[in-house]
Amino acid sequence: MLCRTADDLYWVARRVERAENTARLLDVTQRIAMLPERLDRGKALSAPWRRALDALGAAALVEARYGRIDAETTTDFLLLSRDNPSSVYNCFHTARENARAQRVAITAEMYEDLNTAWLEFRGLDARVIRQEGTGAIIERVKTRSAAFRGVTIGTLGRGEGYHFLRLGTFIERADWAIRLLDVVASEDDLPDTGEARDATQYFQWSALLQALSAFETYRRLYRDSVNPRTIAALMLLQPDNPRSLQTCVDTLHNVLRTLAGGESLEVVRQAGALAARSRYALIDEIIHGGLEAWLQDTLDRLVRLGAEIHRQFMSAAEGHAPSSQAQSLQVQSQA
Amino acid sequence: MQPRYDEMHDAGGNVRPHYRAFDDWVRHTPAPMLEHKRREAELSFHRVGITFSVYGEESGSERLIPFDIAPRIVPAAEWAMLEAGLRQRVHALNLFLGDVYGEQRILKEGRVPKDMVLGNAQYRREMQGLAVPGGIYSHVSGIDLVRAGDGEYYVLEDNLRVPSGVSYMLENRRMMARLVPELFARQQIAPVERYPDFLLEILRQAAPAGVDAPVVAVLTPGAANSAYFEHAFLAQQMGVELVEGADLFVHGRMVYMRTTRGPQRVHVVYRRIDDDFLDPEAFRSDSLLGVPGMFDAYRAGNFTIANAPGTGVADDKSIYPFVPEMIRFYLSEEPILHNVPTRQLRDPGDLKYTLEHLPELVVKEVHGAGGYGMLVGPASSKAEIEAFRERILAAPEKYIAQPTLSLSTCPTFVESGLAPRHIDLRPYILSGRRIHVMPGGLTRVALREGSLVVNSSQGGGTKDTWVLEADADGANA
Repeated sequence: MLCRTADDLYWVARRVERAENTARLLDVTQRIAMLPERLDRGKALSAPWRRALDALGAAALVEARYGRIDAETTTDFLLLSRDNPSSVYNCFHTARENARAQRVAITAEMYEDLNTAWLEFRGLDARVIRQEGTGAIIERVKTRSAAFRGVTIGTLGRGEGYHFLRLGTFIERADWAIRLLDVVASEDDLPDTGEARDATQYFQWSALLQALSAFETYRRLYRDSVNPRTIAALMLLQPDNPRSLQTCVDTLHNVLRTLAGGESLEVVRQAGALAARSRYALIDEIIHGGLEAWLQDTLDRLVRLGAEIHRQFMSAAEGHAPSSQAQSLQVQSQA
Repeated sequence: MQPRYDEMHDAGGNVRPHYRAFDDWVRHTPAPMLEHKRREAELSFHRVGITFSVYGEESGSERLIPFDIAPRIVPAAEWAMLEAGLRQRVHALNLFLGDVYGEQRILKEGRVPKDMVLGNAQYRREMQGLAVPGGIYSHVSGIDLVRAGDGEYYVLEDNLRVPSGVSYMLENRRMMARLVPELFARQQIAPVERYPDFLLEILRQAAPAGVDAPVVAVLTPGAANSAYFEHAFLAQQMGVELVEGADLFVHGRMVYMRTTRGPQRVHVVYRRIDDDFLDPEAFRSDSLLGVPGMFDAYRAGNFTIANAPGTGVADDKSIYPFVPEMIRFYLSEEPILHNVPTRQLRDPGDLKYTLEHLPELVVKEVHGAGGYGMLVGPASSKAEIEAFRERILAAPEKYIAQPTLSLSTCPTFVESGLAPRHIDLRPYILSGRRIHVMPGGLTRVALREGSLVVNSSQGGGTKDTWVLEADADGANA
């Protein structure tokens, strides 16, 4: 497969996953912001919105651009903004353009699905959001993401293209598992007892579970009341949670092993180290050692893995003699 | 004005034999059903995204080429003549190119003026003396035909560089087979579906000598190109990579593409990029689309560019009048297909005649394409004609003039029902060890009443083209 094709497909999946997680971030933030005032008297109205933007490192940008941080400006920035390359609008635009460039490598249904999504979000503006409500838009984004994932799984052959799409989905989702946790977690929220400190905290952690569609999973797995320590474990270490860090890095490791086809590549080693790191971790150890430092270290490793994926598969340098493997593939593809 | 020739009805208004099945079908299909089929076709084309971009419109804009569900039908006997004529013409054009870039016999014998060839902007000095695989320069040719009021076919122009539109031929057929299977059951319609197989076959045959399993790729300028859909479609149908210039590089006079498994050798590109942009080292140095060193790999015999650079010297409108002479010269045969009588405005006598008869003539820019830069006298206002006169006088050598042919008409679905609209035909010819003339081609239709301009960029549509494999009894085609 061409490097450019692999790169484009990887980013199609990342963009779609990013749109979905952006919607989920908006969801959790909106839930927290709706916290009854009597429970959260001390806090300014903008606090949850600022926190959401902080998780993306975008608070200063939004403040400079809009002059204030609140529900309206954050929603505009995350859903509609043309200047924010990761807004839902831009995610679907770029994903559709990449898919159009790569329509040879994907199925007609996949392109049609993204085209439909783009036609839908192209017309999105503040008026539509007011009419339908932010909640309805969040649901639409999640549905479009699910539709694209479904049509991909249901129609695309399990070749390289499929694998690169999966890499994009799961590296993006891993990144967001950490950022979303970061929105509600802070050091003093995670005492040794793991009990929710008060009603406010209980509400915030519940909001996170709901925004991640993980409430039922949590209840089933832990049969416990909402407890920050256990939720952190669910988000980071639990292989049964489809959005946990553990699920994502395990998937990345497996896909990369498949792509390497038995060759010992640095990119496989990095993914394996990342998967092992959380597989054999204990949540209490992570919290004792400092959750924020652990999360930051994980984010850094994910960035390095992303760079290594790019170096290994998407940037064939000039002047290399073709590898023996490339030769054998070439014969196959022409057979 | 010449009499008009209608493909479906004879001068007496009777349905021609090869249209009887269609006529019967239309009569027995309720109007709402026909309307439903038209809408279904339109929806389907939109959903699949078979669009083309129009230059001059906001970038990224995509438009649908209107598709008409009334087919253009060609009787078997008529097609047999066309096929022989197309085969003969493309064969001679390839021999001409080999001669021009080789011994130049035809120039030495004065059958084609030397300066018109060697001084032509489309002549590529870089190709001189280069032996190309199989002696084929134009692997994919599209020959534009029209039928005039006298019922005769004429070649309007040859397209030997990067003729486009073949994806519409294939998609239109797929659409018709879905919409009106009953009509396919009632008559034998020659298949065109094997085009991608034949294309891959002739591209592999064009590979450098000694390569057993040649790797073929389609080279596109990118997704912003108006014909990108077609490039992607052909790559997909052939099962080969669709590459852009940046995906390729040259090392040791060999061409490689950048793949996830490292560099992979490429032996043949079917390029859909103009000569100028192929290789900044050999042609235009500001080209960002091309691949530095690609032409050198071609010269070294390690790589094949199809169509070959420099084919434009044979399809240039100033060379067109000499094609019948090429056929006589190389094949010692009389041309089967007619040329349109053409005046070269570089000639003072022809210029004078043309300026006196502008309202009756079609005047074309020698290097124009896509219906831009041309005057259709009878369809133009006085002011337009005068404006064009100024352009001609400024540079007469840039223009040719032809009589306005009354393009034949074909029934076409419009608001008011079936009505005659003017059409042309572009058959596709693939040249390798064998010459494949695809039975059919792309029929373009001018949807505006009376209009003779069929180009998609100027509001034209397309139709499926049916070549009958056998004519019905009593047919006198």
